[in-house]
Amino acid sequence: MDKFTRFTGIVAPLDRANVDTDLIIPKQFLKSIKRTGFGPNLFDELRYLDEGQPGQDCSGRPLNSEFVLNQPRYQGAQILLTRRNFGCGSSREHAPWALTDYGFKSILAPSFADIFFNNCFKNGLLPVVLDEKIIDNLFAEVKAADGYALTVDLDRQRIIKPDGSEIAFDVDSFRKHCLLEGLDDIGLTLQDADAIKAYEAKRRQQAPWLFDAIH
Amino acid sequence: MTGKTLYDKLWDDHVVKQRDDGTALIYIDRQLLHEVTSPQAFEGLRLAGRKPWRIDANIATPDHNVPTTERSGPIADEVSRIQVQTLDDNCDEFGILEFKMQDSRQGIVHVMGPEQGATLPGMTIVCGDSHTATHGAFGALAHGIGTSEVEHVLATQCLIQKKMKNMLIQVNGELGPGVTAKDVVLAIIARIGTAGGTGYAIEFGGPVMESLSMEGRMTVCNMAIEAGARAGMVAVDDKTIDYFRGRPFAPRGEQWAQAVAYWRTLRSDPDARFDAVVELDGAEIKPQVSWGTSPEMVVAIDEPLPDPAAEADPVKAEGMRRAYEYMGLQPGITMGSVVPDRVFIGSCTNSRIEDLRAAAAVARGRKVSPNVKQAMVVPGSGLVKRQAEQEGLDQVFLAAGFEWREPGCSMCLAMNADRLGEGEHCASTSNRNFEGRQGYGGRTHLVSPAMAVAAAVAGRFVDVRDLDPLAQEV
Ligand code: SF4
Repeated sequence: MDKFTRFTGIVAPLDRANVDTDLIIPKQFLKSIKRTGFGPNLFDELRYLDEGQPGQDCSGRPLNSEFVLNQPRYQGAQILLTRRNFGCGSSREHAPWALTDYGFKSILAPSFADIFFNNCFKNGLLPVVLDEKIIDNLFAEVKAADGYALTVDLDRQRIIKPDGSEIAFDVDSFRKHCLLEGLDDIGLTLQDADAIKAYEAKRRQQAPWLFDAIH
Repeated sequence: MTGKTLYDKLWDDHVVKQRDDGTALIYIDRQLLHEVTSPQAFEGLRLAGRKPWRIDANIATPDHNVPTTERSGPIADEVSRIQVQTLDDNCDEFGILEFKMQDSRQGIVHVMGPEQGATLPGMTIVCGDSHTATHGAFGALAHGIGTSEVEHVLATQCLIQKKMKNMLIQVNGELGPGVTAKDVVLAIIARIGTAGGTGYAIEFGGPVMESLSMEGRMTVCNMAIEAGARAGMVAVDDKTIDYFRGRPFAPRGEQWAQAVAYWRTLRSDPDARFDAVVELDGAEIKPQVSWGTSPEMVVAIDEPLPDPAAEADPVKAEGMRRAYEYMGLQPGITMGSVVPDRVFIGSCTNSRIEDLRAAAAVARGRKVSPNVKQAMVVPGSGLVKRQAEQEGLDQVFLAAGFEWREPGCSMCLAMNADRLGEGEHCASTSNRNFEGRQGYGGRTHLVSPAMAVAAAVAGRFVDVRDLDPLAQEV
């Protein structure tokens, strides 16, 4: 995973609550056995007027000009501003894969669904929880100013507005560390291999049936 | 000292290491694998040159992509075929037990696991699928994970987690006739909302939960994620223990006795403290139907659909307006005026033998209404299918005009050929009514198996309790 660095990016407003992972990336694209290439199908049903097929070249498909990501002013957006309970539903990691493949690096919302939230961190995508009022404000500002961009500074845990004012946010220290360092958490866990083996030995005494092979 | 909740006990028994930053390394006893969320995890292992930590803790079966029609030949859809083949190849390469498509034990992972005794009380169970909460019905800590975590569990048998908060949902009293586990869980979601359980592990308790069969408890836990909670669970009792007697991977002999003694401790202490408690009266729950595009958009069958203008929360009101437009419905009507184009009985929520019995009881001697284009029953596993056939349920369904299919996820998410056409309404026993979930432009209405059959035979949504029993030729 690449290190997460401070960046400034255009903000795209997706004014909708309870955006589920089926909407982020519809099921037909989950048939892929790769981690990449999901960007063109991000929000497929909202973005295009026809039904998308896996493996299809999306460049000639009819676009829904109403959809926010199709509007010229939001091209190249790296920050998605949205409403509560973003990422609910299926655990598909294809959702953060599609968001990062499209170019998003951070999502701002009043709340996220648990599994999706967790999946974001594994893919260098930073979900930021902000107060509903702050989100409301950001929506108003984004819509009012063409090319509205925010700076995300994970190290200092700040969102910096165009006027220089700052919004502080919380992030779990372990996750922050992994993002900033671009760490592979499997490698980290394997440093505790002895502790895992010790746990298994103890547990095998208490509950041997849990270690009976299933074959 | 206050007592522990069931979740506290399950958590404590699986902590490998507590870290200073508040996270913990948690040991995972069982991982279930299917074809959609595992290929990239196996690929990751290979790329990093890692081996699975404990091969025998994993069990796999393809379910999302498999056709539900005749399947002796290869899968017709090439992309699906490659994905299922990739699971087969990965399991063969790493030596993981898999019930392949032609195996009679193949089925939806969440039906197969308990059926085989691969799911047991007291286990931590994960799967790259959000409905893994289903297994919590047996007093296990079970939840869905993403593909990176599937790889993490394959490589280390552990997950890095933060403990969730405890919520108790207590369903008091007794259910009325014709009211089922599905109605209970839909009523719960309507009450607490799709984010109501976010950050919590939910324990479902109270006399109604105790009265439910294991299948019913699975239906309730299955939809914990629709209430925002990754994990739902129910305390162990005699029913739980009886369920596992003689299952292929359940402990035997001396170990059985030892296991049972442990399992009996898997319930919240009387003085346990919950961070949130929600109470419902079972007697007040009526058969439920979802009208919108989120599982919280649910009404009782006789209730008028809600008016967004009366909703105080603007974000919610906007969501309702959007849902009405997508669903082609209007506030104020009742679901009785809505005609289902298709009827789907299946999915990890409602495809077990008890669900099929409940559906067949309503279908017996009745006929699918001519205005319903298609009505299908998709058993949750090959073993459920066989059991149903032994009981003659397939004949009941076929005589009534239902299709009787091979096991899999099918029209729950329409990754195979089973799907809705644009604008079609479906009475479905699945768990998600999201836009496009059952097919592009499709409109899903979540109901219990009995209510789905009632809708099929009446040709519109009706209260199953109002069907005339005399019209049923037995
Ligand atoms: S039946 Fe539906 S919800 Fe259940 S695992 Fe399959 S696709 Fe997911």
